[in-house]
Amino acid sequence: MRKKPRIPDKRGYFGLFGGKFVPETLISALEELEGALKKALRDRSFLTELGYYLKEYAGRPTPLYYAENLTRISGGAKIYLKREDLAHTGAHKINNTLGQALLAKKMKKKRIIAETGAGQHGVATATVAALFGFKCDIYMGTEDIHRQGLNVYRMRLLGARVIPVDSGSKTLKDATNEAIRDWVTNVRDTHYILGSVVGPHPYPFMVREFQSVIGKETRSQIKKSKKRLPDYLVACVGGGSNSIGMFHPFFNDKKVKFIGVEAAGRGISSGAHAASLLKGEAGVLHGSLSFLLQDRDGQVNMAHSISAGLDYPGVGPEHSYYKKIKRAEYVGVTDKEALVGFKAITIHEGIIPALESAHAVYYALKLAKKLSRNKIIVVCLSGRGDKDIDIVKEHI
Amino acid sequence: MNRIDELFKKLKKQRKKAFIVYVTAGYPNLSATARLLPILEKAGADLIELGIPFSDPLADGPTIQKSSHEALLKGVNVKSILRLVRESRRKVSAPLVFMTYYNPILKYGFKNFIRDSKKAGIDGVIVPDLPPEEAGELSKVAKKMDFDTIFLAAPTSTKKRLLKIAEKSRGFIYYVSLTGVTGARKRLPYDLVRHVKNLKKITKKPVCVGFGISSPKQARHISRLADGVIVGSAFIKIIEKNAGDKGAYKKAASFARSMGKAVHSR
Repeated sequence: MRKKPRIPDKRGYFGLFGGKFVPETLISALEELEGALKKALRDRSFLTELGYYLKEYAGRPTPLYYAENLTRISGGAKIYLKREDLAHTGAHKINNTLGQALLAKKMKKKRIIAETGAGQHGVATATVAALFGFKCDIYMGTEDIHRQGLNVYRMRLLGARVIPVDSGSKTLKDATNEAIRDWVTNVRDTHYILGSVVGPHPYPFMVREFQSVIGKETRSQIKKSKKRLPDYLVACVGGGSNSIGMFHPFFNDKKVKFIGVEAAGRGISSGAHAASLLKGEAGVLHGSLSFLLQDRDGQVNMAHSISAGLDYPGVGPEHSYYKKIKRAEYVGVTDKEALVGFKAITIHEGIIPALESAHAVYYALKLAKKLSRNKIIVVCLSGRGDKDIDIVKEHI
Repeated sequence: MNRIDELFKKLKKQRKKAFIVYVTAGYPNLSATARLLPILEKAGADLIELGIPFSDPLADGPTIQKSSHEALLKGVNVKSILRLVRESRRKVSAPLVFMTYYNPILKYGFKNFIRDSKKAGIDGVIVPDLPPEEAGELSKVAKKMDFDTIFLAAPTSTKKRLLKIAEKSRGFIYYVSLTGVTGARKRLPYDLVRHVKNLKKITKKPVCVGFGISSPKQARHISRLADGVIVGSAFIKIIEKNAGDKGAYKKAASFARSMGKAVHSR
């Protein structure tokens, strides 16, 4: 068996990052969740049930597609796409919501809540709520409700209540605040399905475990078709769940390089971006210590990205750890560049990506050009782009 | 013995309970806060919690969210609040504690934060998003400087946790009356009495109850079982309602007096 890194530790720390910075009211719920999770991850019947839903309901494994046209255009390394956009509901988010919903069932919770930015996690949560019969409330910033109308409608169709959040930046950060406040209030009968590898322990660990299916499949798929491991893994990073899900199973394969692509918004030196790892400093938001965009008084700065899913001033603690130990490299891609990536993959591959994923596509194209033809890049195509059509229409 | 210990010792002798008021520093502005502090003491406040506003106050309801947001718009920060405290200390002798979230403290540097707060005349700190497990170093430094770290206990805390919180808390223990965020409530949970009694059984440290308390009737009820009653949002609402009004300070004082009287009545 492969040696697994012992992160996080018992207290939920990835090196210096992570922890459990939450009101006392939530501590017992987090302990209950941690207990249920540990039991479930060792329980064959739980894993079989999760595997069943991932395969028969969500359509896994998702293909690892060789993007021949993008490869040809770049003239360099081979580009493969891990097609999370083909998973049910159109993004990788379903991997996590299925796992957490099954856990919520085990914990006998009656209601689930979630935060959402782009609406992909909200849709994936509303979906499992419909499937398993939970009452479901989704918190979403009014700015995001405006820019991701299609997903708002999908959530409502699925029977969820979408609760608008009008405070602060009116985006993902404030939706998360409001979801935590709801959880503090209704903690006894409600499970909070956090959508990314952020939040207090055990969330970053749990979401990573549920999203690791991305990397595990990629590993066996590329080994089967190319008889070797890829040279680069490229994925976008907002909170960082699709990227950790892709990276983590390769952690001990030192030759596989990880590249996390953050949203550089209007430019990394413009101040209007969401590049927490590139421009932030260690701080505490939403229950964990991690890189954070903040001012000199420790107030959280507003993030900006064309993509609602990346528009978040924090990042998962495991990414902060990867940055600190230099296991991963983090780069920025601007709004404009993401649109270039969006166009390229749409026109040349016939795949309309989510704007989040378009950031990774742009960087992969740039990287491929510099590499020789025998190198392999795998891009995590985390979601499909139907939800972003209106934004793209405005810009192209 | 620091100011907080002295206060509870004195109240115990008088068989009285502590009336504690929360105000957001810098709301509606810093000079208003400076004027309010001595008024509150005169009106009967035994201890004052001074809130350092944070951009993402996830344990707070709409009232304190709004006051924090507006204070931040005025550019209030730890430094300007410390200045306010230094000046207020000439007129206010009641214990003062800071209430804030962890990130502003972390950014300031918690050693510097404790040293500068102590120097300015602050006696302790309450940090709602910092459970005892995460407070290790901060607690140690605070203890050395005789600066109290007041931890929160909640209705969902297990007995094991209550013991830990009681052990780590210094000054007093802040018991959160309900599962939820700060904010005035018409009713408090039925099991509150039982929870406070249970907590009192395992500790000799003062137990003060906060969250949701908005009327003299509730205050009187809680003062029967706890060592102190904390009023926050209800008071901020009075300030909010009368902002810009000439009689604002009088109204704030009269609300504090009526709540204080309820707590102090035997």
